[in-house]
This record gives sequence, structure tokens and C-alpha cells, in this order.
Amino acid sequence: MNDDRRTIGTSGTAGRGNRSTPPSAAARSLAGGRAAPKKPVTKAKAAAKPDKPAAKNPPRATPAKEAKPAKPAGVSAEPKPAKSTAGSRPKQPAAKNPSRAPRAGGASAGARKTAASGTGRPPGQPRLRAVTDEDAAAAAAAAMAKDNSSSIIPGGIPLDDIVLAVIQAAQRVLGTDWESKLAAFVAGLRRRLTGDFEVDEFGLDPQITDLVTAAVEPLAEKWFRLEVRGIENIPAEGGALLVANHSGTIPIDGIITSYAVHKYTGRNLRPLGADLVFALPFVGQVARKVGATLACTADAERLLTTGELAGVWPEGFKGIGKPYAERYKLQRFGRGGFVSSAMRAGVPIVPVSIVGAEEIYPLVGNVPSLARLLGLPYLPITPFFPLLGPLGLIPLPSKWIIEFGEPVRTDAYEPDAADDPMLLFNVTDQVRETIQQTLYKLLVDRGSAFF
Amino acid sequence: MGRVVLVTGVAGEFASRVSRALSEQPGVERVVGVDTRPPVGDHGGIKFVRADIRTPVVGKVMAVEDIDVVVHLDVNPSEQSRGRSGAKERNVIGTMQVLAAAQRSESVRKLVLWSSTAVYGTSPKDPALFTEADNARGGTKSGFPKDIIEVEGYVRGYSRRRPEVIVTTLRAAQILHPEIPAPLRNYFANPLLPAALGFDPRLQFLHLEDAISVVTESVLHDRWGTFNVAGPGVMLLSQVSRRLGKPTIPLLPIGFSAASSRAVRMMGGEISPDLYRLLTHGRAVDITALRDIFGYEPKYSTEETFEEFRAAVRPGPLGVLGLTK
Repeated sequence: MNDDRRTIGTSGTAGRGNRSTPPSAAARSLAGGRAAPKKPVTKAKAAAKPDKPAAKNPPRATPAKEAKPAKPAGVSAEPKPAKSTAGSRPKQPAAKNPSRAPRAGGASAGARKTAASGTGRPPGQPRLRAVTDEDAAAAAAAAMAKDNSSSIIPGGIPLDDIVLAVIQAAQRVLGTDWESKLAAFVAGLRRRLTGDFEVDEFGLDPQITDLVTAAVEPLAEKWFRLEVRGIENIPAEGGALLVANHSGTIPIDGIITSYAVHKYTGRNLRPLGADLVFALPFVGQVARKVGATLACTADAERLLTTGELAGVWPEGFKGIGKPYAERYKLQRFGRGGFVSSAMRAGVPIVPVSIVGAEEIYPLVGNVPSLARLLGLPYLPITPFFPLLGPLGLIPLPSKWIIEFGEPVRTDAYEPDAADDPMLLFNVTDQVRETIQQTLYKLLVDRGSAFF
Repeated sequence: MGRVVLVTGVAGEFASRVSRALSEQPGVERVVGVDTRPPVGDHGGIKFVRADIRTPVVGKVMAVEDIDVVVHLDVNPSEQSRGRSGAKERNVIGTMQVLAAAQRSESVRKLVLWSSTAVYGTSPKDPALFTEADNARGGTKSGFPKDIIEVEGYVRGYSRRRPEVIVTTLRAAQILHPEIPAPLRNYFANPLLPAALGFDPRLQFLHLEDAISVVTESVLHDRWGTFNVAGPGVMLLSQVSRRLGKPTIPLLPIGFSAASSRAVRMMGGEISPDLYRLLTHGRAVDITALRDIFGYEPKYSTEETFEEFRAAVRPGPLGVLGLTK
């Protein structure tokens, strides 16, 4: 018969036996230690001959289950765990175990037999993998620690393939030098946690600034679809005073302007904020760390004379807290203090027009009495804010355009020009008018506020 | 001809070190120290006179010793061991008596006042760096900052009445040295540091060596005016606590003073009531005048001062675990 012939002949690989005969010890030793056992062979045949006793094999030939502990244990010092796991598998029908037992228990083959089976590799190509001491030790530990079925994903993927996949994924995401990047990240984290960083006298922390810039990027680019114009008007070096319109109930325009300046020029914008900013917990702390400081002449002049870019929103609370109906109508530009600071430092004034901030939180109401009670300049009511609770704090996705205008030079004035109030008023009006006209132009360019 | 220098509060650690440094200067003939307690340790070349500056006795000392220069160092924040009301007496009444005596004295030609940057107060309305022309914007409610403003006011009055006397006011940041008592030093001695939640104050420290040099310089040379004295640069409280390996306990800013004093008492430590506001808003000063007008460049920055201090004190709980720099 077909089967009989096969038991005698040389079909299959040496040392492997065939579906019904366990291989002899001599055959196995001839075939060498790496010979993989017979399971795949029998599996292939089994479909054709269901009536044979060997046909018991197919159901149990879910070979993956056995693959794990056995494979690394190819080092023949580890037959025991393999055997014990074979005996203890609860999912197999008990009847199968006797027929298996002699095979598995025959020799260390029990440990070896499934080396290739997990991946469905043809038996003629034994898995050529150097088994290092660490692998063997790890596998032994894993095999002893737990049932083999738990160290394998049910789909039959060996653990080291998973590890490999994770490593490859890390390489794909972080690049081939992912290890050094990870090490640099951990080192950076350690430096933060041990206080090994420096801040300038204003409290600017460059690492926090970079972090905040990265965090704001999706908000600016994806949510607000920010468009920046006239970035060439910001001097590449030396001091300059950026003067912008203020709006939006919450000073997000300051954050976005800082982001735009940092992204397109690489310089840090030092925003000048109201004292309320620094009185608030967390807000004041972060503001200091990203380089903001109090809007006062001393700080403005100190920044400008040391060649920094300072940003000022002279409308202050009047601009930011104005009702939605008055959007894009500039309020009074402070008392012109920013002009005198720029003149004393001899730096140019860059008018900045911001379109889009007005729509993020449309201010439709105010509760002055409650605001006074809380010590706030106004208590905003927007179409969504108290109504939807925290959801109302999500800014509406308006389209933003920031235009940096032509710089107004101040270094041509007399040294004592900063003490001439009439001149200061004139320059203030000039800057204000420039911004107002640019706002109208940008509004026409933008079209719809949200789409 | 050498100068005869009167140092007040000589029993204090800082004052006694200053007096010893002064007595070693070639331009100084004699250093007379007054205090209610004798100084501990080696007096060096100091002549100690036991006198209470809150009484007119100090005038007699000035007359008898023929004092040229008065170095008023006895203006200090209260220590727990000596009591708050005593500190106010000593600071304000003591200064009034010293100035009254100096006004009468024919020999006094110079007055050096060791003031503090606490005169600027601390509030969210503060500029990033205070210059000598600034004053406390948020006001000073009580305690040492209030004392020091009054003391400076009396000294300005004295300066008006005796225009020929050279008055040097040194507004110093807190000295950070393991052996010099200062509110921040005592605070940093706690194993955990109470901090106001959501605030990360900027702090400045002064190195002992720079402090002594500045006083010596103003005794030996004529330096009119008021000068901020501090190590350049600032450090954040979070940075300080991490480097010390001492975690902060974030406490709500409302009721911070009560909560932190309770926390510190439970740890067996000490926290000066003057510190609460400083630990919320911080303070930093501009030392351009010290550099350009006074002519002194601090040898140690705030960070170097702190690192020296850190090396000298026991590391905090995280430092024991190896979690510090």
C-alpha cells in the first residue's frame, strides 16, 4: 500500500520519520541536532487519509501552540520544560496525549520538533538562527514561568517576531537612529527632572518655549489655518517692537503671534502682558517661562535695548474684551507708552494686524458685577461658554491671517523725542491707522470667517 | 590715618565675619563691634562693646571711640528664636537711635546701611528686574519688608540733615551660605519644600564673599548712593528644589502661608513669614548700578552661589536616591 511503502522508503527527510513512525534515535543523530520533526509532513498528508490512526494529528497540528517554548530550547539541555508543557496542555483532548507522549518523550526531539512549525516553514529548510546563551536563558525562564500558550499570541506569532516588529516600527517612526534619539530624550528628561537647565533673568526657559511652540502648532495650522504675511518685516537681528491689535476674549492671539514669529524667524517673541497674567496661577508661570514679562516701560526698554523682539498689544483689556458687534474696530492704543519705549531704545515698530482672533470666542455678554467680585476686568458670556460648560472653552475654528507690516523707524528722531507727547501721539496714531487699514484689507482677502 | 569703624549687630554671623574682614584691611585702624550679646568664636581684631542700639548708649560709644564710619548691619528679618516684635524694635528703633547718635557725632563721615531687596516687595505687578529707582508696587503689608522701608526712610532723612556724610545703602539679596542665617537658607533646610501651586518664583542669591567685599569696598572707598547687590542671573524655585533633591509640596496659593507654616512645623523646620510672598511671585534685581557706578563685579552668579551651597548641605530625599544632577 501506499502507506506501507512510505514507511520503508526515503520519502521525507532523514531523521524525521514519517507520519506513523517515530524516527529512530540513530536516524535523528544522523540527521543532526537541528532536524525538525515530522509534524508538517503528516499534516499535509492527513487530509487525504482521515481513516488512519495517524489522522489524529490534524486537529492537534495547530503547531503554533507548541512552537514557543520548544524552539529556543533547541539547545538540548532543555527537554524538560517542553515535555512538561506538552503534558499539561489543557486544550488538547486527553486521548491525544498518549500517542504524542512517546514521540515527544523519545528524546530531546520533543524540544526540537516544532522549531520550524510555528511559521509553517517547509521542513526541508530548518530555521537557521544562532541561538545565543541569552536567548536560551530567556526562553528557559519564560518556559518555566508560565504555560507556553500564554507566551504566544493565538495567531501563532512567536514572541521574538513581535519584538522584531516593535523594533522595526520604532525604526520606521523615529528613524534608524531611534536608539540614540530615545537616549537623548531620556537624557533631556533627566536634565529637566534634576534641575539642570538655565533660564534668563526674565525667566525664559528655551526648552519650555520649544515645547509650547510644538503644542500650539496643530492649533494654529490645523484649527485656525493660520496664514502669515510679511514675515520679512521682522528684523533678523536686533530689537524691534511688534505692536498688534488685541481681540478674542482670551489672549490666544498673543500665543499664536509668538508661535508664528518663532516658526518663521526662529526668534523668541517676548510678549508684554498685563499684571493679571502674572497673578494667575499656572498661567503666569508658563507666561514667564515662554518669555513674557510685565507690560511696563522698564521691562520693555530692557528687552529692546538688549536686542530682543518685544510684542505689545496696546489696546489691552479694552480690545480683548470688546463685544462681538465691535469686532475689528481698534480701541484706544493705550497712552502711547510703547512708542516712547521704542524711541528710547531706537528700535523700529512693526505693526501687526491679526485677523481671526475676534471670532474664536464671540463675546455677546458680560457680567460686570461678578467680574468685579472676582477681580477680573470682565466676565465673558459667549454663545457657548457658560451654556456648554467646559465645551464652551473650545475656540471656534476661524480662519486666521497675521500680517507683519512695514516697520516704522524711530531711530531718525531726536534723542529727546521720547519726551515730546505730541510726537508720541502722532506716531501712535500712525501705527494704529496702519493696523486698522490692514485689518480691513485682510478681512476682504479672507472672505468667510470660518470656511 | 586709619579709619575707626563701628559695626552694629556684631554678634550676628554675617556681621562678625564682616568685622573680622574689615579689621584686616590696612586702611582700617580699629573695628568696634556693638551688640547685646558677645559674638561667638574668634573676635579677631575687633573691639567688642556690649551695648543695646535701642538705647542712647550707642551715642556714647561713638563719642568715646571717635568713630569715622558706621556700618549698620543690625537690620535683619526676625528669627524664630528671637521673636517678631523684638526684630521690629531692633530694626526700626535701633536704626533711629544709631542715626540720632550719628547725627550728633562730629566724627562720623560715612554711614553704610546693609539693607535688603525686600524693600521692593513682591507682587505680580513687579517688573522683571528692579532698579534702585523702583519701589514696592504691590505695597508691603507687614514684617521685615515694612521695617526695611521705614529704616531706609530714616536713613534718607539723616542724609538730608547731614549732607556731608557719605551714605551708602546696599540693598542685598539674601546671602546663601550654610552658616549665615537667612530665611531662604532656613527654608531650604526642610526636607520637603512647601510651594505655591501654579507659581514658580524667580530667586536671586548673594555669595558671602561678594557680600563682605561690597561692605569692605564701601568702607574703604566713597560710594554715594543706593545699590542693589545680588548674584547675576536668576534661578527658579522648581530648579532649586530639583537640584537640592527636595520635592516641593504644592499648596493652594490661597491660605498658602498658614498651610506652609503648618507643613514646615510638622517637619520640625522653620519658615519665615516674610517668605510667603517671595515664594509666590519671586523677585530679581538689576545690578547694573553696582557694576557701573559702584564699580564692583560680583565674583559669583546666583547659580554658582547656589551650587556652592548645595555642595555644602545634605542632599534631599531625592538626592539620596541619586536623582539629582
